[in-house]
Amino acid sequence: MYSLEGITKSIQDWLFLKFDPTLALAIECVIVILLAISLFAILGLVLVLMERKVAAHIQIRLGPNRVGPGGMFQTVADTLKLIMKEGLTPDNADKFLFNLAPFVVMMVGMLLLAPIAFAKNFQIWDINIGVLYISSVSSLSVIGILMAGWASNNKYSLLGAMRSGAQIVSYELSAGFAVLTIVVFTGSLQISEIVASQQTGWWLFKGHIPALISFVLYIIAVTAETNRAPFDLAEAESELTAGFHTEYSGMRFALFFLAEYINIFIVCAIGATLFLGGWMPLHIGQWESFNHIMDYIPSSVWFMGKTFFLIFLIMWFRWTFPRLRVDQLLNLEWKYLLPISLFNLLLATVIAIFGWHF
Amino acid sequence: MFLKEYITEVYNGVSSLLKGMRKTGYYFVHPKEIITEQYPDNRAHLNLAERFKGEVIMPHDENNEHTCTGCTACELACPNGTIKVVTKFEVSPEGKKKKAIDALVYRLELCTMCNLCIVACPSDAIKMAPNFEHSVFDRTKLTKVLNHPGSKIKEGIE
Repeated sequence: MYSLEGITKSIQDWLFLKFDPTLALAIECVIVILLAISLFAILGLVLVLMERKVAAHIQIRLGPNRVGPGGMFQTVADTLKLIMKEGLTPDNADKFLFNLAPFVVMMVGMLLLAPIAFAKNFQIWDINIGVLYISSVSSLSVIGILMAGWASNNKYSLLGAMRSGAQIVSYELSAGFAVLTIVVFTGSLQISEIVASQQTGWWLFKGHIPALISFVLYIIAVTAETNRAPFDLAEAESELTAGFHTEYSGMRFALFFLAEYINIFIVCAIGATLFLGGWMPLHIGQWESFNHIMDYIPSSVWFMGKTFFLIFLIMWFRWTFPRLRVDQLLNLEWKYLLPISLFNLLLATVIAIFGWHF
Repeated sequence: MFLKEYITEVYNGVSSLLKGMRKTGYYFVHPKEIITEQYPDNRAHLNLAERFKGEVIMPHDENNEHTCTGCTACELACPNGTIKVVTKFEVSPEGKKKKAIDALVYRLELCTMCNLCIVACPSDAIKMAPNFEHSVFDRTKLTKVLNHPGSKIKEGIE
């Protein structure tokens, strides 16, 4: 049976047979880079189309339906248009930072891809501090956004970037606490061990109420961290005319747009790994035959299914909830989410110490 | 006491958000609720709302009779002079003179579809029709006479 694990293993064996180890490693790096870039391109196309379709169906509309069957090639056409467009740089902008910012934002997305387990034994880099790496690198994206807002030399862009800074810095706390709950249960920061600990059931079910609460908190916090409605104050179309990327056009705008969707994918993938078992199939305790049937579904399908379910959930939020004002946004974090997540972490620790979880 | 309020606040917030998500989730899984009209494709059977206001028409029955008495209430009600009622006097066989319309001139290019003339009409002689394909190459074609040639008022309408 073909699996991603088998394919990567045979490629590696073949490379090490043909070339000396250093060169083989270099070739592997190139392959990984190409795969990551193509994954980004495909994800961008698929997620934008998915967003538009989900939005349309929630608002009782049809959505894109002219280009290709059912509007399938609409985003391809949009991307081609964006590539053709002129990328303007404003006269008084800080040219170097202005041109650098979209790449910084993209680079953060690429770095975050490293520790994510896409399938069984299919992971770029299984470091022993995977969760710590993710939470520290994901906070770098605010630098790219601030850079874009500052370098644009436009007061609306600067306001949007500053709001984004306040928002990401504060919501990172409750996202971090939600992640910590699972770390407390697992006792490990390594992604592969976190996934392996969910062999007998996902943490969402095994971890009782604290896991459930921290899942909800995580979803709320990452919605805010990715600057999506109802927390889209950094863009705020109605107030700041797209906020930090007002001055960007053409392909540089497309990079920001792409980075937004890549970030959604990554936070949903991490959420799926921590709470829904990553690539681990749905296992229920001692039901041997049921577990065996579930094992026949490939692990990559499980991972993608869970991730896209979470992405759908976040899109559902976006097209249902009303937007928050900036003061309400910070109230929500500091008065509600943070106390709840602190209390929740305490509860989770008690449960983990006494071993009350399954 | 404070804690109780805090928890009720959170509970109310979450439950109202879930209510909204239930509604949008219902729309998402029921594609038959979609109200988009794919206009040029389904031109033959458009599904327009009853209250759609496209232009003013005067309905005539099979005997080419309308119910307009020529009272000019619509002309007075119109805020921007879209309607002009040209009246004449018809002499009945008994020698009585009766006021009737010669022409009810309607200038579509001035009309804002405000519905005031329809509300003002005491005999329901005019109404709004859901036609919206009004483009023509000559603006004089937008000035219309609403009563059909040779039409007359229905018996018994005063």
